Amino acid sequence: MRPRPPRVAIVGAGPAGAFAAAAVLRARGDAEIDLFERLPTPWGLLRGGVAPDHQEIKRLDDTFDRETLQRGCRFLGNVEVGVDVSHSELMRHYAAVIYAVGAQTDKSLGIPGEELPGSWPATEFVAWYNGHPDYRELTFDLSAKRAVVIGNGNVAADVTRMLTLSPRELERTDVADHALEALRDSRVEEVVVLGRRGPAQAAFTSAELRELGRVEGADVQVNPAEIELDPASRRWLVEDGIFTARKNVELLREFVARPARADARRRIVLRFLRSPVAIRGSGRVEAIDVRRNEIVRSPDGSLRPRPLEEDVETIECGLVLRSVGYRAVPLPDVPFDERSFVLPNERGRVLAHDGEPLPGVYAVGWIKRGPTGILGTNKRDAEQTVNCLVEDLRAGALREPASPAREQIDALLAERCPDLVTVDGWRAIDAHELERGRGEERPRVKLASRDELLAAADAGEATAQRG
Amino acid sequence: MTYVIAGSCIKDDSCIEVCPADCIHPKPGDPDFETAEQLYIDPELCIDCDACVEACPVDAIFAEFEIPEKYEYALDLNAEFFAEQSTVERTAA
Repeated sequence: MRPRPPRVAIVGAGPAGAFAAAAVLRARGDAEIDLFERLPTPWGLLRGGVAPDHQEIKRLDDTFDRETLQRGCRFLGNVEVGVDVSHSELMRHYAAVIYAVGAQTDKSLGIPGEELPGSWPATEFVAWYNGHPDYRELTFDLSAKRAVVIGNGNVAADVTRMLTLSPRELERTDVADHALEALRDSRVEEVVVLGRRGPAQAAFTSAELRELGRVEGADVQVNPAEIELDPASRRWLVEDGIFTARKNVELLREFVARPARADARRRIVLRFLRSPVAIRGSGRVEAIDVRRNEIVRSPDGSLRPRPLEEDVETIECGLVLRSVGYRAVPLPDVPFDERSFVLPNERGRVLAHDGEPLPGVYAVGWIKRGPTGILGTNKRDAEQTVNCLVEDLRAGALREPASPAREQIDALLAERCPDLVTVDGWRAIDAHELERGRGEERPRVKLASRDELLAAADAGEATAQRG
Repeated sequence: MTYVIAGSCIKDDSCIEVCPADCIHPKPGDPDFETAEQLYIDPELCIDCDACVEACPVDAIFAEFEIPEKYEYALDLNAEFFAEQSTVERTAA
């Protein structure tokens, strides 16, 4: 008798989950994969994180679709693992469960005033403009002339661009309609971006930094004194510096040399060596206090910011977006490393508290390695996890699940998740959004509430059943 | 003639797998792979075969004469990456 095809559940249909599904199918063409997703739509941050004006990157969805859903991997959307279905239930139905849930919350700054109205995690602004259904009801007050973005990474660059792009540029994207409307009426004229370290340590990619200098009708301003390199940074840049850091410094020098335009509609002001110390205002954000840092070499050799004993500088503003990194949250019934904010794992094999691998439990993406790397990083990360899974299958290290038939998990889901969205539902949502986009000469017009998404999905599920 | 990779590269390594000239760097495992923001094509070695363009899932690769205006900088950028360390230096055992 031929062995039964391995049944694999992947929790989270973002890039890490999609790359993992594709890798499993490449290694074991007979595998039966169910891709669980909390939202009615797949591809995670590709849809809900990547900036709307980066449409070329969003094209990766074609590859994900071709390498997973078109190869028989099932999409089980609008199902929350840990709420609708538990970890132990998954273990009864699948030989292997791969967690690809990402890092769903943001790090905090730990400064006074952080929770004032008008101070937001940048990730919520991102979810809002990208039409994530859980964030649709948020209202960002864009009536003040100045906004401050805290952080120097690519999310900081994305939100800065979204605050400064012209309506004409925004209209060519798939930004959510509610956000398009709000951004059209925005009175923000200046976005100040605060980096706690110097220009040589900025985490922007040079591509993102270059884009900040190309926003239509917006000037980019850099104070020459702030990008002058300290001796340690200068030496680092020459001796060990990475190509991107050298390009960033070059670009910033070029920004300094640009003459200010009299007709500029908006300004992007890049500040360096500045840490926020307090967000102030009575009842809402009115200003942010920042302190100047110097760069020092720490005992481990890295270059770190150290606050200078000087008066704080106060920057008046009506909106603060904090972009200092993502952080993962624990999953019910699965081990969690509270210090590193990941599932404890070895090459993707999740480890129990005793340090031994938990048979059949794997991790991939940010929940495995922390929120680092770019999209493609997940491909190699997924290959590493899947290699372990395939080795374990070959070695007979995985338990045969108690309820291995597809009908068994389907019966459970039918009972728990009346609004389950399958691939047919997702295809109906996708077709509907693309069609609306064609009407408006936009790449896509997103359905941004759960009700709208489920209504569109329903039409697809019904047609598929009749067919 | 050469092909060039633009800033929308996601460091998916599909192009490296199909390149017959071995001219796309850094490669997974290279010391500068993890810190690289994108991959680059060595203009000295590119044979203009188009295989990478077909393989790229995000259309980040362009023939030299078809680079969109917003990515014009990429021609110099790709060359400059190899000016710091050429493919020959990278692959010397």
